[in-house]
Amino acid sequence: MRELLAVDNVTAGYGAAVVLEDVTLSLAEGDSLALLGRNGVGKTTLLVTLMGLTRLHRGSLQFAGANLAALSTYARARAGIGWVPQERYMWPSLTIEEHLTSVARPGRWTLAKIYEIFPRLEERRGNFGNQLSGGEQQMLAIARALVVNPRLLLLDEPMEGLAPIIVQDLMKVIRGLVAEGGMAMVIVEQHAKLALSLTRNAIVLDRGRIVHRSPSEALLEDPQTLHRLVAVA
Amino acid sequence: MATPSLPIASRLAANAARLPSDRLRPLEVAFWLAWVAAFFLFPSYRLLGSQILITGLFAVSLDLILGYAGIVSLGHAAFFGVGAYTAGLLAVHGWHEPISGLFAAAIVAAIVGYLVSFLVVRGGDLTRLMVTLGIGLMLWEAANKAAFITGGVDGLSGVTIAPIFGLWTFDLAGRTAFVYALVVVFVVFMVMRRLVHSPFGLSLRGIQQGGRRMPAIGAPVARRLRAIFTVAAAVAGTAGALLAQTTQFVGIDSLGFQRSADLLIMLVLGGTGRLYGGLVGAIVFMLAQDYLSGIDPVYWQFWIGFLLVVVVLFAHGGILGGLQALRTRFLRR
Repeated sequence: MRELLAVDNVTAGYGAAVVLEDVTLSLAEGDSLALLGRNGVGKTTLLVTLMGLTRLHRGSLQFAGANLAALSTYARARAGIGWVPQERYMWPSLTIEEHLTSVARPGRWTLAKIYEIFPRLEERRGNFGNQLSGGEQQMLAIARALVVNPRLLLLDEPMEGLAPIIVQDLMKVIRGLVAEGGMAMVIVEQHAKLALSLTRNAIVLDRGRIVHRSPSEALLEDPQTLHRLVAVA
Repeated sequence: MATPSLPIASRLAANAARLPSDRLRPLEVAFWLAWVAAFFLFPSYRLLGSQILITGLFAVSLDLILGYAGIVSLGHAAFFGVGAYTAGLLAVHGWHEPISGLFAAAIVAAIVGYLVSFLVVRGGDLTRLMVTLGIGLMLWEAANKAAFITGGVDGLSGVTIAPIFGLWTFDLAGRTAFVYALVVVFVVFMVMRRLVHSPFGLSLRGIQQGGRRMPAIGAPVARRLRAIFTVAAAVAGTAGALLAQTTQFVGIDSLGFQRSADLLIMLVLGGTGRLYGGLVGAIVFMLAQDYLSGIDPVYWQFWIGFLLVVVVLFAHGGILGGLQALRTRFLRR
């Protein structure tokens, strides 16, 4: 598989404060990566660094052969990086359908295809952003990233605060997206086992540095290491 | 993953077919038909009617930036004045044809708006207020100083407008002015209506409600704000040109702060972010001005101020917002 994303010795943070140190990773087209670690170790910072929302102190970022660091945040989205933020960022005065049409770009992820994988969104297409449950908001946040037709999807805590039945639904959708292989995916998730069951490879961060990397399956089958790294039984 | 087989045009068409509906609602049809009826029912108010329409269009232009993109402005009259002077100066110097005069005014106002947009987009609310206020003051003084071109405080007279399509002459009773203003305002309004319902317009609302993260979600914030500011300037310029052509005069007050402040009052009265709010605000403000100044020519603004306070405190979203809230409450019963 061709390399899509290359993060090389990246040190980044917010202003002068450094959060990530010497982070190196790569991701191939259609590949999937779980980004794990305890709270505050820099998982979200790594995603927002890819989106250009932090200060890059050192290192290089390459996306599809282009220098990502030279691109503005919008240019990164346009180049093919879809971002599902932890906060979801719903717009209260836009309906579900308006959320999607406002940022949609031509590609295989049309509204029809979105509604195929998220029938709940089609049912509530006329509802405003502030009239949605947490699960619906998360579906919409994912759908809004998909209609930009990304080559790399960044999912930040997609299961956070959701009811188990909604988590199951979302897992099914994300598993389907990973299986399709049409785009690469990075999943940041507190529920390590969920993230590992969805992805091919895993990276564990601690205090801004990568402390472990392995195939997801291997980490899932090694509960002792997993517990030691992310304190999960 | 296989490359999608549909050509881009087909995919765009498929997406466009799913855009939110923007068909005219019965109430909107009634609103525009009421203007046609007003032409026949109130012949002595045609001049006032044309001025309300023009001011309404001007308020719609402010709504595009304030109501949809969240850009506050206290100098929007700058673009209205630029449009008015462009159309007026063209007519004074031998270009009497009105439609092309309108287009020229819109283009010149758009160019000025585009240049100003770079200053406006980069700041926060206070910066935007001050920049727009400053630009308005600078243009007013420039027009005042260049009296040999603009007529200064005496205004630009000698504006002669040819009959529309060589057929309809601007008459003293305001018959042609009313119909001309109504047609132009309707056409421009419908284009703006389509614009705010388009993905571009929807993304503006997203920017207004969460602009900081919009670029990461896929909308270029600065570029879109510059675009809507330019469009709004063009619409304001069109309104200014309409006033110049229908009154055949351009006063320096067309660039003045008072006009920008009145405009903001009208829009807040009518309701921001609704397009029709600008038109409704202009109707209420100008009819109230006409009526109240007849009763009390000196202190009529007291009542406008009172109305503004009442609407802002008790009708969230202006008159239209208040009416919508009443309707919702009524339907719940």
